[in-house]
Amino acid sequence: MTTRAPVLELFKLTKSYPSAKGAAVIVKDFTLNFAAGEFITLIGHSGCGKSTVLSMVAGLTEITGGGMILAGRETNEAGPDRGVVFQSPCLLPWMTAFENVMLGVNQVYFTASKEERRELAEYYLTVVGLGGAMHKFPGDLSQGMRQRVGIARAFALQPKMLLLDEPFGMLDALTKMELQEVLLELWRRNKLTTLMVTHDVDEAIFLSDRVVMMTDGPEAEVGDILEIPFERPRHRATVLADPRYMQCHNHLLTFLNERSHIRPSRIQTTPPAGTAQRSEIDIHGISELAG
Amino acid sequence: MKLFYHLKLDAILLPVIAILICIGGWALVAGHSKITKSVDDFGDTVTKTERFGLSKNLPSPAETWIASQPYIVEPFAKRGELDQGILRFAWLSLKLVAQGYAIALLFGTPIGFFLGLSKNFTRAFDPIIQILRPVSPLAWLPLGMVLFSGLKVMDAAGRTTFGTSDAAALFTIAICAMWPTVLNTAVGVRAVPQDYLNVAKVLKLSKAKTLFKILIPSALPYMFTGFRLSLGIAWLVIVAVEMLIGKPGVGGFLWQQYNANSYAHIILSILTIGIIGYILDRFMSLIEGRFRSA
Repeated sequence: MTTRAPVLELFKLTKSYPSAKGAAVIVKDFTLNFAAGEFITLIGHSGCGKSTVLSMVAGLTEITGGGMILAGRETNEAGPDRGVVFQSPCLLPWMTAFENVMLGVNQVYFTASKEERRELAEYYLTVVGLGGAMHKFPGDLSQGMRQRVGIARAFALQPKMLLLDEPFGMLDALTKMELQEVLLELWRRNKLTTLMVTHDVDEAIFLSDRVVMMTDGPEAEVGDILEIPFERPRHRATVLADPRYMQCHNHLLTFLNERSHIRPSRIQTTPPAGTAQRSEIDIHGISELAG
Repeated sequence: MKLFYHLKLDAILLPVIAILICIGGWALVAGHSKITKSVDDFGDTVTKTERFGLSKNLPSPAETWIASQPYIVEPFAKRGELDQGILRFAWLSLKLVAQGYAIALLFGTPIGFFLGLSKNFTRAFDPIIQILRPVSPLAWLPLGMVLFSGLKVMDAAGRTTFGTSDAAALFTIAICAMWPTVLNTAVGVRAVPQDYLNVAKVLKLSKAKTLFKILIPSALPYMFTGFRLSLGIAWLVIVAVEMLIGKPGVGGFLWQQYNANSYAHIILSILTIGIIGYILDRFMSLIEGRFRSA
């Protein structure tokens, strides 16, 4: 999309675990470049290794092969320059929402005054819609509100990159849509380069610039990449009404249903993208691939 | 019947019935005195006390109550070093327990943290802990006496304020009471969810900050379970320790009264130990529950 230098380069990223039968390779030669401000979604079947990729980018899982360059510098450990939103919000239950955000803010902005740090945390908590509930403990918040805190915590660090690991996977459909809007709004204001992992096809289309489809594990890799053509800012109704929406939708589903086991690195010709149609199946009904 | 449950009478009535049954059983087994008066050949009146019953030397509930009265009615009286009100004895025992318990927590908690954090530390020290853990306080005390032999802290008047037996007592309480704290803390630290540790990793929290902001708050409920069990053991050990070194306290009193053939006071001591142990446990459970819900 953009021609600027990539913010994040993943070069032949590989993760393997030693096992009795030799090394178990989860992800192999995962190569992908992120342009500045780009929103990329990783989609694939459960257990294919997409979360492993995100975990490696976050520095929470050790990289066993290949490398990663973040803003021109090779990185292999975790740090607050990458804000992470986990599937379960991972709030510390003995701290209020505000204190949870402050924990990170204090860590990153230790030179700022106490007042400035407080304002920063309050600002992001207000933006995600928790202005009135920021001094509640996570136990007193709903699942959706907790995830709002998780999002505020990640953005308050003003990181170089945002990593989202199935952030809305545990929410009901309505809350999910609400939080997608909150996320898009924050993303638009901060122009953060983002990597999200999901198995929700509609979520991937609505949020992303590019959707990266992963092949099934073991030895998972990039199977196909789909550019999402809708201009921003996006409105859900307009996007859903666009005829290209179904094309994207079908492309992704076809990959997941028919081609995810085929590794492009093993065959020479990649199948033509976006042409396969499966009219005999009601695709609307299986928009979310569980399992 | 409805009213019965409505007023929660069953919660009071049923324990009372059980207590009455136990006292009844005790009265059945216990002996009773029979005083016979006779006139001997010189014309003097001779009173002869004989005891009968299943266990003829076991004092009956009524005898126990009468003999215990001075200790219960004036619970803080001090008539002599080994003749004090029962709560005064209990207070002396509690003071010693508190000191030994504090030492147990002071050593036990960090050891638990090391065990929980380091696999190699666990591998190295687990066998030692498992071997030392079941050793009885009766076995530790002599070792403590040897360990601290010759220790003497004297006040200005030349009286010993802290001697070998005091040190040995604290040593015994601490080493016996330490293990639940050690093991539960270790479990609590191992059970810190990876999610929380990931938060620490992502934010690059320092070691100290990770310890105080993440590890300790997360492991606290487990630690308090350990603290509660440790206190129970410390209270259990105190009686044995006091019996062996003859310190004034509930346990010391019990042993001295056994030697003095005042068996009723043994029962008084046992009940006191039990009730105080129960109160301590309830108290710790309350604190524990508070941390669990937080």
